[in-house]
Amino acid sequence: MLSIKNLQARVEDKAILKGISLEVKPGEVHAIMGPNGSGKSTLSHVLAGRSGYEVTGGSVTYQGKDLLDMKPEERAREGVFLAFQYPVEIPGVSNIYLLKAALNAIRKHRGDSEVDAMDFLPMVKARIKSLNLDEQFLYRGVNEGFSGGEKKRNEILQMAILEPSLCILDETDSGLDIDALKIVADGVNALRSPDRSFIMVTHYQRLLDYIKPDVVHVLAQGRIVKSGGPELAHELEEKGYGWIDQGATA
Amino acid sequence: MSATSETLENIIHKEYKPGFVTDLESDTFPPGLNEDVIRAISGKKNEPEFMLQWRLDAYRHWLTMTEPTWAYVNYESVNYQSISYYSAPKVKEGPKNLNEVDPKLLETYKKLGIPLYEQERLAGVAVDAVFDSVSVATTFKDKLASAGVIFCSMSEAIKEHPELVRQYLGTVVPTSDNFFAALNSAVFSDGSFVYIPKGVRCPMELSTYFRINAANTGQFERTLIIAEEGSHVSYLEGCTAPMRDENQLHAAVVELVALDHAEIKYSTVQNWYPGDEEGRGGIYNFVTKRGDCRGRQSKISWTQVETGSAITWKYPSCILRGEESVGEFYSVAVTNHCQQADTGTKMIHIGKNTRSTIISKGISAGRAQNTYRGQVKILKSAENARNYTQCDSLLIGDRCGAHTFPYIEVKQPSAQLEHEATTSKISEDQLFFCQQRGLSAEDAVSMIVNGFCKQVFKELPMEFAVEAQALLGISLEGSVG
Repeated sequence: MLSIKNLQARVEDKAILKGISLEVKPGEVHAIMGPNGSGKSTLSHVLAGRSGYEVTGGSVTYQGKDLLDMKPEERAREGVFLAFQYPVEIPGVSNIYLLKAALNAIRKHRGDSEVDAMDFLPMVKARIKSLNLDEQFLYRGVNEGFSGGEKKRNEILQMAILEPSLCILDETDSGLDIDALKIVADGVNALRSPDRSFIMVTHYQRLLDYIKPDVVHVLAQGRIVKSGGPELAHELEEKGYGWIDQGATA
Repeated sequence: MSATSETLENIIHKEYKPGFVTDLESDTFPPGLNEDVIRAISGKKNEPEFMLQWRLDAYRHWLTMTEPTWAYVNYESVNYQSISYYSAPKVKEGPKNLNEVDPKLLETYKKLGIPLYEQERLAGVAVDAVFDSVSVATTFKDKLASAGVIFCSMSEAIKEHPELVRQYLGTVVPTSDNFFAALNSAVFSDGSFVYIPKGVRCPMELSTYFRINAANTGQFERTLIIAEEGSHVSYLEGCTAPMRDENQLHAAVVELVALDHAEIKYSTVQNWYPGDEEGRGGIYNFVTKRGDCRGRQSKISWTQVETGSAITWKYPSCILRGEESVGEFYSVAVTNHCQQADTGTKMIHIGKNTRSTIISKGISAGRAQNTYRGQVKILKSAENARNYTQCDSLLIGDRCGAHTFPYIEVKQPSAQLEHEATTSKISEDQLFFCQQRGLSAEDAVSMIVNGFCKQVFKELPMEFAVEAQALLGISLEGSVG
């Protein structure tokens, strides 16, 4: 699915990623944990193709293609989805409109016919119900005046509709109370499948109580310093990140 | 320059599609303006004596006036002696129906996307088309006539309905109102005239299409709409011009009169040639539009989408004279490259319990300057008057400007006014978010701009809402309304 080899990237003159290597197989869920400033969010953004980051070395191969060579919208159409830590508001553009436009852009790329409103509505309605959202939600401006929990659920709704192959969740748990976290986690779990992979970037272990990862990586100072099974997350929760940082500097 | 601003730059460099010239034989006056020219215009049109006198009075008053300089626009002043004040496609006699109209002319309208025949057949929109200075075809006349509606060119109205013209012309915008209105009154050559009789709901949308074709001509059309007691009309106007290096002047006057319980909805999609990227050429759009809510519970609603013109100077206004009358102004003004727009509205509250709403959306890109200028005036007599104003500006790129000049004057303590204003930019975050969902940067900008304008677009009649979106480079379906 995804093969990252010795990836290095910087923002302006500051090196943030200093050689990251990661293999994600179809159906796997990888958690990337680490202290603030370790490069977690930078990794998500570089994978999604955000401007402002300069890749200075290494390679990223996604489904056999050079991911770094694609424009952000091409990556999205190829099935890379980023759930944002801070979803933006787009006033006046209804949620359902954005969803339909995005889905059709992706379908067109795949050579499928575009869906019309008649087919689209029932599809979306089924999804919003499972995320415990009201139908009115579809007709509000994108994230306009949404609560933190609604914004995150909206990201999961988009993910569910667009059916990506690789989902990158950037601190999706931040700012969520426990009830909202459960709903979001249920939404993600429902999307797990043998041909869909997840990369979950998170600071805290608690998200992993609800979404069980196959592999946990610890990122510190731009490098993966430790990888292991779900038990690694518990170890981090107990000991904090201090021992990792020391390890990385040593 | 970041990737985003580069993308934005590409998006805002769009070519002007209606910029072609139609090769037609025309009857054009030599440049220059004096009383003889005015007599000649009046003579060409076989006008009654009262019209000639009206024009001459306006001209003599105009000579005493100076061009206004208070607007936030910058241009070399116009040489009024270098403009031709009359140009008409050559015809032996006025066309009686579409079959007599020069096929080249009809071809032009087709290119502009207004097939007169088809509209006549399908859309149920009655169209009056003004080419350079004269009105060439009014469709659907018979159907309208059976409802008692008069929809014809202004020249025809002067000949066929002089009593109505005499009663109403210049009563909303007097000949001495301002410099450009006075000039228009002296030299106007055509325009549209609408009369909706008592209690009639006009059975279709009325529409005028304005086209400046000939070089070095000014276009001065004059539109008058009268809605009698309890009547209702929705009127649309569209405008385009060829691309030319020199500036051309467009100084129109529109007067609306709404009597008791009458309602007039006036929508404009203005796409005059805006000049090139360096600011060469383009139309000077100096327009006076005013509606008079003369009757009780009458309503006048202006909706405008302004994307063209090098310079726009335009303030569609409402005089809320009748008790409980309502005035509305919904505006989207887009400026790009070197365009300058100074536009807004005036709401003059005179009657009791009058209400007005102003929603203005200004979008600025390139090196353009976009100004909202609005006046809300509540007179002593306007007890319990209410106004709500919202003006929002959106900046694309970092070399453009947005300015807001609200003037509020309240002489009645029971009045309630609200004013909200915002300025925002399309952020990199918004753009990246949309791209990450699979949309191209161009579609993303269109979508964001369209969302910004939604409150105004939903006021436009269906056909126009579609045209307005297309004008903003938007290929969205169904997102409006």
